[in-house]
Amino acid sequence: MATIKLKKGFDLPLEGQVAADAQPVKVAVPSTVAIVPDDFTGITPRMDVHAGDTVQAGQVLYHDKNHESVKVTSPVSGVVKEVRRGERRKILAVIIEPNGEQRVTFDTKRNPLELLLESGLWVMLRQRPYDVVPNPDVRPRDIVVTAFDSAPLARRLYKLDAEQARRAEVAVKALSGMTDGKVYIGVAPDQDINVNGAEVNVFDGPHPAGNAGVQLANIKPVNKGETVWTLSLDTLLRIGGLLTTGTVDYRTTVAITGPLCGEPRVADAVIGTPIADLLGDVDTNSRIISGNVLTGVQVSAEEWLRAPYSQLTVIAEIADRDEFMGWAALKPSRYSIYRLFTTWLAGKRNKPVALDARIKGGERAIVRLDEYDNMLPMDIYAEFLIKAIIARDIEKMEQLGVYEIAPEDFALAEYADTSKLELQRIVREGLDYLRAEME
Amino acid sequence: MKFLRKYMDKIKPHFEPGGKLEKLQSVYDGMETFLFTPNTTAGPRGVHVHDGNDLKRTMITVIVALLPALFMGMYNIGYQHYLAIGQLAETGGWTIFLYGLLAMLPVIVVSYVVGLGIEFIGAQIHHKEIQEGFLVTGLLIPMIVPINTPLWMTAVATAFAVVFAKEVFGGTGMNIFNVALITRAVLFFGYPSKMSGDAAFVKVDDTFGIGGGSLTDTFSGATPLGQVATNVGDSLTLHDIAGNTIGTWDAFMGFIAGSPGETSTLAILVGAVILLVTGVASWRVMCSVFVGGLAMASLVHAFPSTTYAASLLSPCDQLCLGGFAFAAVFMATDPVTGARTHIGQYIYGFLIGVFTILIRTFNGGYPEGAMLAILLMNAFAPLIDHCVVSFNIKRRLARAKQ
Repeated sequence: MATIKLKKGFDLPLEGQVAADAQPVKVAVPSTVAIVPDDFTGITPRMDVHAGDTVQAGQVLYHDKNHESVKVTSPVSGVVKEVRRGERRKILAVIIEPNGEQRVTFDTKRNPLELLLESGLWVMLRQRPYDVVPNPDVRPRDIVVTAFDSAPLARRLYKLDAEQARRAEVAVKALSGMTDGKVYIGVAPDQDINVNGAEVNVFDGPHPAGNAGVQLANIKPVNKGETVWTLSLDTLLRIGGLLTTGTVDYRTTVAITGPLCGEPRVADAVIGTPIADLLGDVDTNSRIISGNVLTGVQVSAEEWLRAPYSQLTVIAEIADRDEFMGWAALKPSRYSIYRLFTTWLAGKRNKPVALDARIKGGERAIVRLDEYDNMLPMDIYAEFLIKAIIARDIEKMEQLGVYEIAPEDFALAEYADTSKLELQRIVREGLDYLRAEME
Repeated sequence: MKFLRKYMDKIKPHFEPGGKLEKLQSVYDGMETFLFTPNTTAGPRGVHVHDGNDLKRTMITVIVALLPALFMGMYNIGYQHYLAIGQLAETGGWTIFLYGLLAMLPVIVVSYVVGLGIEFIGAQIHHKEIQEGFLVTGLLIPMIVPINTPLWMTAVATAFAVVFAKEVFGGTGMNIFNVALITRAVLFFGYPSKMSGDAAFVKVDDTFGIGGGSLTDTFSGATPLGQVATNVGDSLTLHDIAGNTIGTWDAFMGFIAGSPGETSTLAILVGAVILLVTGVASWRVMCSVFVGGLAMASLVHAFPSTTYAASLLSPCDQLCLGGFAFAAVFMATDPVTGARTHIGQYIYGFLIGVFTILIRTFNGGYPEGAMLAILLMNAFAPLIDHCVVSFNIKRRLARAKQ
């Protein structure tokens, strides 16, 4: 077990942290549940079910156009109520009305890789390069499991209980068979997690220390032509559960956090639960984010908890409408991580703050130095890479390490950016472009 | 501030497409974002919270850092004037400052009106927001242009620099050369007779009726570096404009002839502290300019030669005289035109220091080398970065081969 110290990055202190020992409150099976295809980047859905069909928990809803074996399954048993489509018939959501408790039982003696694909747990994995659902035909160099989420207000598991430890071990053993390299697990210093069969590394540093890309860059960076799978501890435990019981556990613990979430709490709900069921009433001036404030997706109360996220954050949309000359503010409550504001003089840079969703400035060309590099603990010239991506210069992108990154690695830089560029969008579009060109 | 908000909302329709003032829309938007933080919020994907800092705040911080040097410069204009007319002893401090203030005000106004005017027009043509870059440039220009430069020349040079050194490259953040230094270079090479010599740096006429008088007999308006350039003989003694000997302390405090912002090393260092504490400027660049200058000045001073009188100056004098300190603190640290990698910043800054002293010492045509050294290194900054980044690229390729 090696400890890797990371200095770059920042732990953004937000109000509304859930207590470490909070017990999950069980949320009843809701009236509708939905799967949003956008959550599984890199998959082009082809529907296997239609409105009115009856499905079991674990039954295939749709598969990937390019890889028929990549499937997304239903988290509940019930009736498909609607396949909601948007512009150009893009599938926005598959909505299911739950009833009954039927679930598909898989044969645990089968090849684990096939089992993952068949059960739909496959789409919870991601691969470098491109940060998409992995291509099942490519054998990965290594597999990385991130045991903690370092993003603002995220909750982490400090210890595995006996059952969880057993499942983790089973899952690691199965994953080891899918790679010629190792299974790495990245833990935080305050976590007491060790799994036989995996190489456990401690990552001691601020966010984004919990990101798979950051951990990978500091153990064994991804080179051109290599593929590495990344997954979270939640997914690892689900895989372990599947391999031991033959069924998929679609329940997830959701940390409900943020300055405007009411009382910060933890809910135990099924994936795809409506936001309203989790949150209750919220202020009309609030923004609900499925996920954390850096990488999450804005959702309305009528939408659903998105599958990859086990967190909800509620912040104010506009806390201070028409703020007079905000750029000239001398008050420490105008929060900034930079020493240009008085936040640091008042010692409030690490005190919880209620940030709102305003951009607080116009988009500009990149002017200030080191803003991206200081937020990215990787051996990468972030600014040069961003410029290469904007220019769609594939050779430069490859040279500067585009295969090592995911949009989430630039999330903190996007927060800190004085020029207010949408870095995650730039990176996502660049990766999609690169993937289209290379495949 | 409700009434202001109401007023802005009331006049807003005039500036929207179809309104009678639609050609001034970018000006209105500029004013509105200046007065009120925009209520625009983050998109549905991507980061949902943003830092309080923006480019306005950054630029204003640089301006705050410039103020000590500006005020000292104003005071010094008055100081030099009353020294020239022999009335220094009987004139009060506030009058001296007022004289300098009134002398500089027209230059500042011309610089901002011309530069911001062009920026406004450019923003309107391209339907973009007005960018803040010129806020700083507009104050730098009056501080590095000799006080006696005719206003129309400053206007022409500013216009040229903003259009051809900045707007054609894409505006703030895209320029290759430091805009303020291009302004000075245009003046320097376009109107050399007005830019150097005895008549450029000390304002001898009255300003708005203040400070009338006739010159003393011993008056000579040459700056210390001007005197160095024309020095003949083995020894070098610097004089102020009234003929008294001056030392390092006078140069450090700033009571010598020179461009308004550049004379007081003390005030510049106060600005440097502000820039470094707030983290706006790169300490790597700033320190390495001083290190480079000190190294080169020590080298030339170790082998003094009467042919090159500047080699007779002590390294400490070299740093306090002329525009060295101002260039190191405010010009070399421009992040847009400088090197952007850490190692690159050390090289970039060090070479600026070296070239400044090199040009000063060995090129008789230019008493001051800071401007040319920085413009030269501006051109080389992308190359330096390219080399530094190529090491990272090579490392990555080597890793892949293993």
